[in-house]
Amino acid sequence: MRAGVVVFPGSNCDRDIAVALGAAGADVTMVWHKDADLPAGLDLVAIPGGFSFGDYLRCGAIAARAPVMRAVVAFAEGGGHVLGVCNGFQVLIEAGLLPGALMRNAGLKFVCAPAALGVGTPDSAFTRAYLRSETVSFPVAHHDGAFIADDDTLAMLEGEDRVAFRYRANPNGSMNDIAGVLSANRRVLGLMPHPERAADPALGGTDGARLFAGLIDAAALQGA
Amino acid sequence: MKARVHVTLKRGVLDPQGEAVRHALGSLGFAGVGEVRVGKVIELDLDAADPEAARAELDAMCRALLANTVIENYEVEIA
Repeated sequence: MRAGVVVFPGSNCDRDIAVALGAAGADVTMVWHKDADLPAGLDLVAIPGGFSFGDYLRCGAIAARAPVMRAVVAFAEGGGHVLGVCNGFQVLIEAGLLPGALMRNAGLKFVCAPAALGVGTPDSAFTRAYLRSETVSFPVAHHDGAFIADDDTLAMLEGEDRVAFRYRANPNGSMNDIAGVLSANRRVLGLMPHPERAADPALGGTDGARLFAGLIDAAALQGA
Repeated sequence: MKARVHVTLKRGVLDPQGEAVRHALGSLGFAGVGEVRVGKVIELDLDAADPEAARAELDAMCRALLANTVIENYEVEIA
């Protein structure tokens, strides 16, 4: 499975996600934000966490308009898988690949802690190795993670079973305790918690490893 | 030509920062402060000479980048 990890100025979780993908068996390439094209033959594009462009204007706003994102949007529109973690989730929303908005945490503080999550839908390449309603733990580390959407959008996400993860104890005021959502075709996932930080037994937990393992298995099933 | 864009949160979008400011003002002894909402002002220096053309450009800039129209409104002011 070939994965590309996009790097913006200010991304800081790019290597972590590359290591997690590599450990799961993917062939990983780093992709610079100024590249107009993605490397050929990618099965997955990952948009990592961090503070791209200093969170200037709005988190992920400037990164979402970087040259490489045109190619990422085209890749997603062509059915490719895209994973956005934390700042990456913000970028995917700003790029229009996922609905809603991510706003300043309700408590106004930067939250940095392990978060117990309930798995939502197992119906995606990202969540296929989990059971619905299973509890997993991924760390969160963010200041602007409150998922906000209007009633119609929330109804659509719930009705279409597109909520991938929910907080067991909401740390940021996200509506419906939503921690991660899928696109309509279920091939784009954005989530605020960091699965790549829960993918190594030496680093406090391995619940996140199954997200990457699931992606590798899905790619294998497709003959990639 | 100088222009100013005011970006504000839409009515109904929760603004905890505005609330924090409201509480702080109260603590400082300012009475009678109701709702507070915090927005941003973006100042631009444009080459355009024609105000109507500038206004159209700014509108496009707001929709393309300066405002997140999911949760924000914008108002353009040409100096």
